[in-house]
Amino acid sequence: MRKLTWFNVTSLTLGFAFLYLPMVILVIYSFNASKLVTVWAGFSTKWYAELFQNQAFLDAAWVTLRVAVVSSTFATILGTMAAYVMVRAGRFYGRTLFSGMIYAPLVMPEVITGLSLLLLFIGIGLDRGILTIVLAHTTFSMCYVSVVVSSRLVSFDQSLEEAALDLGCSPWQAFRLVTLPIIAPAVISGWLLAFTLSLDDLVIASFTSGPSATTLPMKIWSSVRLGVNPQINALSTIMIAIVTVGVITASLISKRASVRALEDEQAAART
Amino acid sequence: MAQTVFEPWNDPDAKPIIQFKNVTKRFGDFTAIDDLTIDIYEREFFALLGPSGCGKTTMMRMLAGFETPTDGTILLQGKDIAPISPNKRAVNMMFQSYALFPHLSVWENIAFGLKRDKMAKDQIAARVDEMLRLTRLEKFARRKPHQISGGQRQRVALARSLAKAPKLLLLDEPLGALDKKLRQDTQFELMDIQEKTGTTFVIVTHDQEEAMTVASRVAVMDHGKIIQVATPAEIYETPNSTYVADFIGDVNLIEGRAEQDGDKVRVAWAEGQPAIVGTTTRQFDKGQTCHFAIRPEKVAITATKPENIANAVKGKIHDIAYLGNISTYHVALPNGHMIKAQAANNRRLSRRSFTWEDDVWLSWTDTAGVLLER
Ligand SMILES: Nc1ncnc2c1ncn2[C@@H]1O[C@H](COP(=O)(O)OP(=O)(O)O)[C@@H](O)[C@H]1O
Ligand SMILES: [Mg+2]
Repeated sequence: MRKLTWFNVTSLTLGFAFLYLPMVILVIYSFNASKLVTVWAGFSTKWYAELFQNQAFLDAAWVTLRVAVVSSTFATILGTMAAYVMVRAGRFYGRTLFSGMIYAPLVMPEVITGLSLLLLFIGIGLDRGILTIVLAHTTFSMCYVSVVVSSRLVSFDQSLEEAALDLGCSPWQAFRLVTLPIIAPAVISGWLLAFTLSLDDLVIASFTSGPSATTLPMKIWSSVRLGVNPQINALSTIMIAIVTVGVITASLISKRASVRALEDEQAAART
Repeated sequence: MAQTVFEPWNDPDAKPIIQFKNVTKRFGDFTAIDDLTIDIYEREFFALLGPSGCGKTTMMRMLAGFETPTDGTILLQGKDIAPISPNKRAVNMMFQSYALFPHLSVWENIAFGLKRDKMAKDQIAARVDEMLRLTRLEKFARRKPHQISGGQRQRVALARSLAKAPKLLLLDEPLGALDKKLRQDTQFELMDIQEKTGTTFVIVTHDQEEAMTVASRVAVMDHGKIIQVATPAEIYETPNSTYVADFIGDVNLIEGRAEQDGDKVRVAWAEGQPAIVGTTTRQFDKGQTCHFAIRPEKVAITATKPENIANAVKGKIHDIAYLGNISTYHVALPNGHMIKAQAANNRRLSRRSFTWEDDVWLSWTDTAGVLLER
């Protein structure tokens, strides 16, 4: 182990303080007994208790959860299909354009994605509500899934699929019985990524939701405008926890399992 | 004991299992297989031999259905296989990389193809066990591919491709990853399995010894063309070109001008050296450029000039390669030409007859070599 110099220690501390101090303060104040956000009055979990009594928040949480599960599932299916086509189909007419277009939403400002989806939904006369949020989230998170899955597919030994075909599989069976089980860790971590993206999205949800559907981030945003309230701190702490667990699990799964799968595959290919 | 010789290629009534008819395969403007025509017969152990990149794998992949010929047709038992997708062909392939499924156990890998055929459960189990016994893998059935050795993995790949009892088994450099000893054992194992199952094997290799050991016939390829197809002995004894002669085993090649008299040919090849006398069934024009090819073991090495032999030249030993059972002598002729001669080491090394810088005589009969046009 190299020893850290005082300079390194300082920059590390400053950097992490900059990143995490706001969140740490938020988490601490969610356990504050006082109603005033800026005055510490001892430890309490009462805001959490109150939060679980607040029907408006619970409704919003339920909407968010449903949107996240459904949209991340669709995004995973579509994103995996797109990744498969891009990695496997070889050169076809318009391939560069297609792959560019799949990755474009990664760098597209959310406001623009949201606005264009809003215009589309109005244009085709679709009532805004849960369905439109699900569609919007699927659209913007599938490109993340396809990035994760295609990076795994690139290192996938294609002769495994050919062997499956050779042994009598249809192309769909070869995908389901050989490819999918082997790339499963990447697909799962893609799903988790899409899930957390959907969970904390405010901008696109605001553009595409209607009066009947309010997601949790939207609810938090609108109540904060009326003044910060310790319940919000509690809620935010829970969301931070969920997102953290989601992201860490996703990266652990994709790292560990894909490293292991790759080792297996290489070991199987050669001594 | 009278034994019928297995030579379907000489039997005009024999029906080939595979026929390549003027098959060409191009990748872009690169021609990987060039107007290739060949028949392969049932129960043959057919070897494709050639340097890396000459199109061996491409031929296999066309048989398995992963590539389609650009031109020409491939027939399997008389039927054009072009419209049949890979999963419907009665052909199985053992991949160069083995391509074992890493998420399945050895048992499941072997059962994989059988399950696709909707075979009954107990029948699958019986067949898999039979394959495990054949390839001596019973003890490893529950292991995953990464938990067994390279040689075992290679046998799993073989068992998996044999399990469906294909009419034709394609083996793409199956022994490439094994060390020499294991490789020789496995070669005999393969021949044994081929005989037991009666499957037609087409094996790809770039190892000429391997091809000679296992094959009933060998096709020597170069740049997408088959240069010669014959039994291993014919390929070795009567190569049809300097390319084949040079590719299989060790050979002395001498270029000269021919002068034919009946079945005898005199080859004038160097100033001040007597013409080489050889025998041929071909016709050479007077003065035509030809190549005389002779294997080192057919060149005798003696201290004095032998009597009554068609060809004898004098030289000096330049180098000796000691290979244990035999030694190869590199003998320099006065004009600088080098000729290799091989002799069995039937005496101890310390009592060897010749050593460096010795003057020796090289000699061979007029039927020991072959005369080639190119
Ligand atoms: N899919 C492909 N696209 C372009 N060129 C290819 C492809 N497959 C093979 N080739 C070329 O065809 C030639 C023959 O390849 P291959 O049949 O694999 O040779 P080998 O005899 O070593 O098995 C090589 O030069 C290779 O680069
Ligand atoms: Mg090859």
